[in-house]
Amino acid sequence: MTNAYAVQEAASRSAVQIDAVFLFITVVSLFFFFLVEGLLIYFAIRYRRKKASEDAATSDVTSNLVLEIVWVLIPSLVVLAFFAYGYVVYRDVNTPAPGASDINVTAQQFFFEFKYPDGRMEANELRVPAGRPVKLIMTSRDVIHGFFLPDFRLKQDILPGRYTYLYLQPDKEGTYDIFCTQYCGVGHSTMRAKLVVMPAEEYAKWASVGKVAGAALSLPEKGKDLLAKSGCLGCHSTDGTIKVGSSFKGIFGREVHLEGDRKVTADEEYIRESIYDPGAKVVKGFPNIMPTFKGRLSGDDVTAIIAYIKTLK
Amino acid sequence: MSDHPSHAHMDAAQAYEAAKLGIWTFLATEVLLFGGLFTAYIVFRLKFPQMFHEDHFHLNRILGAVNTIVLICSSLTVALGIAAIRKGKQHLLKVYLSLTILLAAVFLGIKYVEWTEKFAHGLFPDTDVFFSLYFVMTGLHGLHVLAGMLVLGGVLVLAGRGKFSEHYSTPVEISGLYWHFVDLVWIYLFPLFYLIG
Amino acid sequence: MTEAGRSLGYLEEKGFLSWALTLDHKRIGVLYLLTTLLFFLVGGVFGLLIRIKLMVPGQQIFSDHVYNVLFTLHGSVMIFLFIIPAIPSGLGNFFIPLLIGAKDVAFPRINLASYWIFVAGIGVIVASLVRPMDTGWTFYTPYSAKTAANVTLLSFGIFLVGMSSILTGLNFLVTIHKLRAPGMTWHRLPLFIWGMYSTSVIQVVATPVVGITFLLLAMERLFGIGFFDPSKGGDPLLFQHFFWFYSHPVVYVMILPAMGIISEVVPVFSRKPIFGYKAIAYSSLAIAFIGFFVWGHHMFVSGMSKTANIIFSFLTFFVAVPTAVKVFNWIATMYKGSITFESPMLYALTFIFLFTFGGLTGMFLGALATNVHLHDTYFIVAHFHYTMMGGTVVGFLAGLHYWFPKMTGRMLSEKLARAGWLLTFIGFNVTFLTQFFLGFRGMPRRWAEYPPQFQGLNIVSTVGSWILALGILIMFVNFVRGLYAGKPAPANPWKGLTLEWQAASPPSTENFEAIPVITDWPYGYAKRKPESNE
Repeated sequence: MTNAYAVQEAASRSAVQIDAVFLFITVVSLFFFFLVEGLLIYFAIRYRRKKASEDAATSDVTSNLVLEIVWVLIPSLVVLAFFAYGYVVYRDVNTPAPGASDINVTAQQFFFEFKYPDGRMEANELRVPAGRPVKLIMTSRDVIHGFFLPDFRLKQDILPGRYTYLYLQPDKEGTYDIFCTQYCGVGHSTMRAKLVVMPAEEYAKWASVGKVAGAALSLPEKGKDLLAKSGCLGCHSTDGTIKVGSSFKGIFGREVHLEGDRKVTADEEYIRESIYDPGAKVVKGFPNIMPTFKGRLSGDDVTAIIAYIKTLK
Repeated sequence: MSDHPSHAHMDAAQAYEAAKLGIWTFLATEVLLFGGLFTAYIVFRLKFPQMFHEDHFHLNRILGAVNTIVLICSSLTVALGIAAIRKGKQHLLKVYLSLTILLAAVFLGIKYVEWTEKFAHGLFPDTDVFFSLYFVMTGLHGLHVLAGMLVLGGVLVLAGRGKFSEHYSTPVEISGLYWHFVDLVWIYLFPLFYLIG
Repeated sequence: MTEAGRSLGYLEEKGFLSWALTLDHKRIGVLYLLTTLLFFLVGGVFGLLIRIKLMVPGQQIFSDHVYNVLFTLHGSVMIFLFIIPAIPSGLGNFFIPLLIGAKDVAFPRINLASYWIFVAGIGVIVASLVRPMDTGWTFYTPYSAKTAANVTLLSFGIFLVGMSSILTGLNFLVTIHKLRAPGMTWHRLPLFIWGMYSTSVIQVVATPVVGITFLLLAMERLFGIGFFDPSKGGDPLLFQHFFWFYSHPVVYVMILPAMGIISEVVPVFSRKPIFGYKAIAYSSLAIAFIGFFVWGHHMFVSGMSKTANIIFSFLTFFVAVPTAVKVFNWIATMYKGSITFESPMLYALTFIFLFTFGGLTGMFLGALATNVHLHDTYFIVAHFHYTMMGGTVVGFLAGLHYWFPKMTGRMLSEKLARAGWLLTFIGFNVTFLTQFFLGFRGMPRRWAEYPPQFQGLNIVSTVGSWILALGILIMFVNFVRGLYAGKPAPANPWKGLTLEWQAASPPSTENFEAIPVITDWPYGYAKRKPESNE
């Protein structure tokens, strides 16, 4: 695992930031460790009963309010600092970077499937160009799995039936381990993948070469195809026209007003839910008549539709 | 001061206090047991308002309402039984206990009718989340009604042997408290499932 | 066991039925102790097997599936059949009435029932081993709802064990409220009782939730209900919330009684009053209370919302404060004391040392940024072994060494105790300290095999487990030898001031000739009378 303390060594700036929190907590905790354990050992030795003093007079002090207050206040301040620093870095690491490319990750027993925007699929190997942020959109086909990148100090469980996300900033070229960290069955310990961070030119070469003739449509192309074939365009437009249903143009990432004055962001999860459970979050002003596509559109279909809708700016 | 060997280590006052605290503590655990299910109800109701709205029409409001009255009456009869034995009226206690058990049996009978009606219409615990909750919660409640019948039955047997008087009726009181709790759970279940759309 | 003229007290009556149908809290306590110690050994064997497999990466020694079963059993047995019941139902049952000056618990028949329900639960769990489960002791859905293993039977078994725990907690709550000797006000209670009281509150409030969780899991498998199944509209995270709502507070069920024991042992062997009695007493209640609001820190990477993560991280840190307060007060108790290092004190000091360390490692886990890296790695495994084994188990052993003379009428060998202690201490640290580094470097937990970069530390850890096992073995030899050949114990070998030392060693069935009247707190060890009698 890479040493992140030297910035030039770090696989990712996330590792640097998180390691700084590690260092802070370690130093402060070590201080209190030596203080407390030191006193424990010191008192044990200093106040041990010497042979002859069988009935040694011992102190009768049984409490000290000032001391109690002090050693409630100081630990409270210390843990507050731990919380605050841990929160701030967590928030930063989870802030989406602009210009991130989306990679869909589907986990199943016992491998990771990576789907690139151009439709290409790889199992257990994720290739990204150095320096470009990546957004992982993850779901599982069966049980809960985990996605752990030790070199980046990042981890996120992968759930069936919904999406979870991870934002990566691959800074340094190299090959990094991806481990499954949520017990998923007999193949759990061998469910491993690799993140390959390539220099930008190499990545471009690989991306263009990899497309085999007659390969599958890119994800957005597949999504466009599905929208047409599944009847969505009967009620929804892609050019801004309001029909029975809202238009898909520009909808991704927009704040949507629902019945009852609720607001929600139209992210991947919202679109997925609207396809499978259309009555859950109906947009204000539209009738609740959309049928469910459960059983008619698979999880992969939904992923493709979402990818297409994202292109409708 | 005991013909109660299991509390030879406490005097009568201590034993009574202990029994009261004990049953209230036990009822607290029951609140938490059902609490988990009520939490699940809230979670899924918020997630699937439409399903809850449509599905609840399949429940038989009339039978549900009758059952509610049956249970409320059974709480009344058990309370009357306690009042009776506090005045030393052993025979009246037995009458009221028997009535309570009878009403409990009626409740379970009606529940049986309801459930078989659902099954006949193809509505099972795995039909959807609403019916999962319905069957699990009314089922667990039904098990508690059955347990209550057994406990009250045991108290009735002891009453038959003349164990209770105006000086000692602790088992009757704590069983009565348990029974009121069972009634109370139903009073929450009924509107949540049968009434609110 | 008899020697001329020595009374066996509560141990007098012989025969299987006199034990199986006993209403004596001391006998029930002994039954629990023997049962839980048995499962400590069973769970320990599973642990040793786990470590043997992990010496070598790859599918060797035995299959990955067997390994997965073993770690599930190790966790489940240790948690449900040993750590949760051992101090409360074992030592608690024996000593709560003695410490408060009562002749028994409030409901002796419920006490007996709780033991047999416990045994029934064990029976059902053992029956489920026909198709043993491999889900990990956390049984996360959907895997646990789908796996071929006998999760349904297992769920019922755990439900029964939980019911036993609830009844014990209920019994102790009522006992402490209603059966205290005259003059035993709340502020004259021994601190072990404060710890047991707080524990009982948690048992009563939290355990029913895990009960319903396992019932629902069983029903998911039996009737296809889908609360936790996304394909049926359910939510796997709901299972995790239900599960951890109990399983976090339960770690305080594990630690509070052990802390209570430390609060008893340290003053006796320092010949000094406990420092900060009220602070220690109320910190037990504070830990119990705050402990109910932090369960989400097991779920920071589960897909829970960021807002929930922030709230749980914030609250989690505050449970550390009352814990720290106890540690400071114990150390202050030693200040200007007159300290000896008999085996109970040796273990008590070890508790403070190891638990403090384990608690500090928890700081990394409460902070969001670092938790993300460490969750589900060996860092977690090391953290909970330091707190649960270095903490609870060591505290339990302190209690066993402290109260062995009272329970059996015999003394343990201090030489054997020290040898066992030393090997246990060394072995424990070698086994688990290495695992912090394995975890930080990225080795996930519940992995039957691993990439070669993790092998070195794994070998060290395994060797440590053998040293640890040897230490435990020597300790058990000491216990068995003590039962049959230990020196006869006086009523008060450690010159303690709590009430159990006024009873004989071993106590008679009624505990006391007459219920004592209490006029003072039990920590008046100082040569001069304390000025402020807290």
